[in-house]
Amino acid sequence: MRFEPGQRVRVATRPHPGHHRTPGYVKGRTGRVERVHAEYTNPETRAYGADGLPAQRLYLVGFDQHELWPEYRGRPGDRLLVDVFEHWLEEAK
Amino acid sequence: MSHDHHDHDHDHPHAPIGNDGEPEAAARARALEELLVEKGVIDRESVRRRIDWLVSASPADGARLVARAWLDPAFKARLLEDARAAALEAGLDAGPSPDVVALENTETVHHLVVCTLCSCYPRGLLGPPPDWYKSLPYRSRAVSDPRGVLAEFGVELDEGVEVRVVDSTAEVRYLVLPLRPAGTDGLGEDELVEIVTRDSMIGVAQPRAPEPA
Repeated sequence: MRFEPGQRVRVATRPHPGHHRTPGYVKGRTGRVERVHAEYTNPETRAYGADGLPAQRLYLVGFDQHELWPEYRGRPGDRLLVDVFEHWLEEAK
Repeated sequence: MSHDHHDHDHDHPHAPIGNDGEPEAAARARALEELLVEKGVIDRESVRRRIDWLVSASPADGARLVARAWLDPAFKARLLEDARAAALEAGLDAGPSPDVVALENTETVHHLVVCTLCSCYPRGLLGPPPDWYKSLPYRSRAVSDPRGVLAEFGVELDEGVEVRVVDSTAEVRYLVLPLRPAGTDGLGEDELVEIVTRDSMIGVAQPRAPEPA
């Protein structure tokens, strides 16, 4: 497990033409680890018939809504939580 | 397909509407199933069992867990800790692979669940998702304007309530444990199950106490 709950993480921006589960709207954004899930086989290779190994740790990452959407209508503190696989996360300062 | 092929006259933007989408998808699914059976990847019996399982769950199952959690703090703690195990304890199978996490709504936090990439949903505990859950407008607006979406569903939150949208993009399915409404103190489990709606477990509604008879 590379990241701890509460740790600040950034979602990678690298291009990935094939199937993947990282929504575009969080790529390049910085959030905080809310919850550490189990490891799961990797859907990016599983989608093409491979076994999905090595398994990847999944994290629930929280983002400030006002940082994601400039037009966001809502109070400060509203958050968006997204499951992101470990190989899409980088340490953020 | 471009917008030029429209043979009707209006000016609002929308995706092209085809009348053959569903049959084509069904035909493709059938062709895939034939191939997979032929190649020995799956067998018809396991497909049938999986379909049976998919349609066997209903919102009443999730509602049972919510009602029990409202009545029994120890069960609630187990549900929040490991929803799959708590469901099994209540005689419910949350399904084969994905894990399930229950999210507790409180006086200060309201959760709303969406799957922006497709239609991930805790089918094992709620049955198949409603059509609007799979629609592009819900999937896009739930993340960027959840308070607007909630207002359209008739949910007015107090000023101090934080909205947490949960986008289930991967292997985990989310079930909202709604806030128990006032005026339900004397109710038993079966009566509470009645007021826990499917939508309240997605987070687009709040359970209401039954009208006094």
